[in-house]
Amino acid sequence: MKQLVFLLVLFAAIAIAPFVIESDFWLNAVIMTLYAALLGQSWNILGGYGGQFSFGHAAFFGTGAYTIAVLQVNFGINPWIGLVFGGALGALVATIIGALVFRYGLRGSYFALVTLAFAEVLRILSNTVDFTGAGVGILIPLDRTIANLQFETKAGFFWLIWALALAVFLVVWWLGHSRFGARLMAVRDNEEAARALGVDAFRVKLGAMALSGLFTGLAGCFYAQYFLYLDPGIAYGPAVSVESLLVPIIGGMGTLFGPLLGAIALTGVAELSREFFGDAQGISLVLYGLLLVLMVLFMPRGLAGLGRLSARRLLARGAPS
Amino acid sequence: MPDLAIIVPSFLNGLTTGALYALIALGLTLIYGVLHIINFAHGSLLMLALYGVYYLRVSLGIDPYIALVILPPAMFALGYVLQRFVIGRASHGRDENILLVTLGLSIVIENLALYFFKSDTRIIETPYSFDTVEIFGAFLPYPKVVAFVGAFVTAAALWYVIARTDLGRAIRALAKERKGARLVGIDVDHIFAMSFGIGIACLGVAACLLLPSYYVSPQVGHGFVLIAFTIVVLGGMGSFVGALIGGLIIGVVEALGGLFLGESLGQIGIFAIFILILLFRPTGLLGHSA
Repeated sequence: MKQLVFLLVLFAAIAIAPFVIESDFWLNAVIMTLYAALLGQSWNILGGYGGQFSFGHAAFFGTGAYTIAVLQVNFGINPWIGLVFGGALGALVATIIGALVFRYGLRGSYFALVTLAFAEVLRILSNTVDFTGAGVGILIPLDRTIANLQFETKAGFFWLIWALALAVFLVVWWLGHSRFGARLMAVRDNEEAARALGVDAFRVKLGAMALSGLFTGLAGCFYAQYFLYLDPGIAYGPAVSVESLLVPIIGGMGTLFGPLLGAIALTGVAELSREFFGDAQGISLVLYGLLLVLMVLFMPRGLAGLGRLSARRLLARGAPS
Repeated sequence: MPDLAIIVPSFLNGLTTGALYALIALGLTLIYGVLHIINFAHGSLLMLALYGVYYLRVSLGIDPYIALVILPPAMFALGYVLQRFVIGRASHGRDENILLVTLGLSIVIENLALYFFKSDTRIIETPYSFDTVEIFGAFLPYPKVVAFVGAFVTAAALWYVIARTDLGRAIRALAKERKGARLVGIDVDHIFAMSFGIGIACLGVAACLLLPSYYVSPQVGHGFVLIAFTIVVLGGMGSFVGALIGGLIIGVVEALGGLFLGESLGQIGIFAIFILILLFRPTGLLGHSA
């Protein structure tokens, strides 16, 4: 309960941002942080709480992004409806992949490889077929009205990503306090033992996969509406897959607030690298990769683990010896 | 339906490409067989080796085939150091951590290459680049024939090391039983690093054989790494013969698939094989049951 109160207070505090921040630069930084938090928390549902390390979350992200874009560009369907479909299709793709992969009992490295391969297949397909604009990409026409899920000011986009991020954080809070979440973590910690106790591991993992796919798809929808351009490399390329796993790994996997810490750290790194190296090709990704290696080497519990460790040390010091 | 005059050269071309794929996959399967890790950095290390061959040729005028005495030892040293001081220390008892570290390494290497070498595609010119050899009435590029022979010579040498030397015995012992190997006095960290180094040295050989008939760019590893994964799962993770046969099969499938379906759908064919095998027979065609 304490966690939930803290979560709500935190998001209420974040909600002040559009009223006090006047520069578009900083509001954009807040938006990108919330966006990274949404992406990372979605991965965290499956990877952190479910123990299934996906290397191909771009498969769900790209599906959400292309759904909202193709529906409005090719079929004239309102993007608010597209948003619903984007999330749903992200969940659907995740469920299909999950059903195949878990049916045959693939875990660990095999799971990572298959998800990666699915994302690559979708990337090649979207590069080949016509309705996604193939290699040229797809451009969403600029029309800044709320009815069109585009906003006059950055503040509008802020509210959209704020609401999406709050939703995924609430879901993850629920994971920590529900039977479903308990089953999911039991499967993560010891699948055989969980099954022996009557947990339907297949359904539990599939549920986590669908939730993860749903919110990753929504993140894709947000990306499409915010940047108004997609191509196969952006939508299904490895950068998104890496970003979504990097956020919780930096922040702390399997924790509620880890992805938020990770998102702040990662957005900070991205901005700093732009400051120091300009838009030099690849440098921010070099830093991402370095961070990944260093975190796994020296801080496998992430920033959240660091906080817990120092809290424990403080407590230990305060305790009478 | 294209007639035999097209199919035969295409088939032979596929075999020569497949032999190189096999060589790359051999390194991957050796690392998997011994360390039980999937090396995601395999493709980017191959890319690094290709740049090595390129700059040896362009800056120092060293022929790629002469570079065979320089590059594989250099790649071996790099692999040894990476495993001993970075990858080996990252596990903290969980295989997922190793997976993440090799993924991180591949991102770092690839994007550093992008920063320093830019995304240009580069080729080298050698006096024999356009020579051909006639086999069964088909004219094959000379570098590809050399690559085919070289891949098999390397595979044979690798087999000899694994099967007949003390190092090979230690590697095999470690692959089977870590604790037991440690108990009989094998230096586990050293042998792990040796295995990783040998796997990466294979990439050095592959790079020298590949570049005369291929190109290099920072993303060049991408194409190879998933093909190598496919071969390794096709042949069975850790299976030596499996990697060789798997490599040849994939080479031929790719060449004929490209011929009949066009380039980009031919690519999907490989992924389709990959996913189907992972789903239905993750131990591979020749692998043992898990």
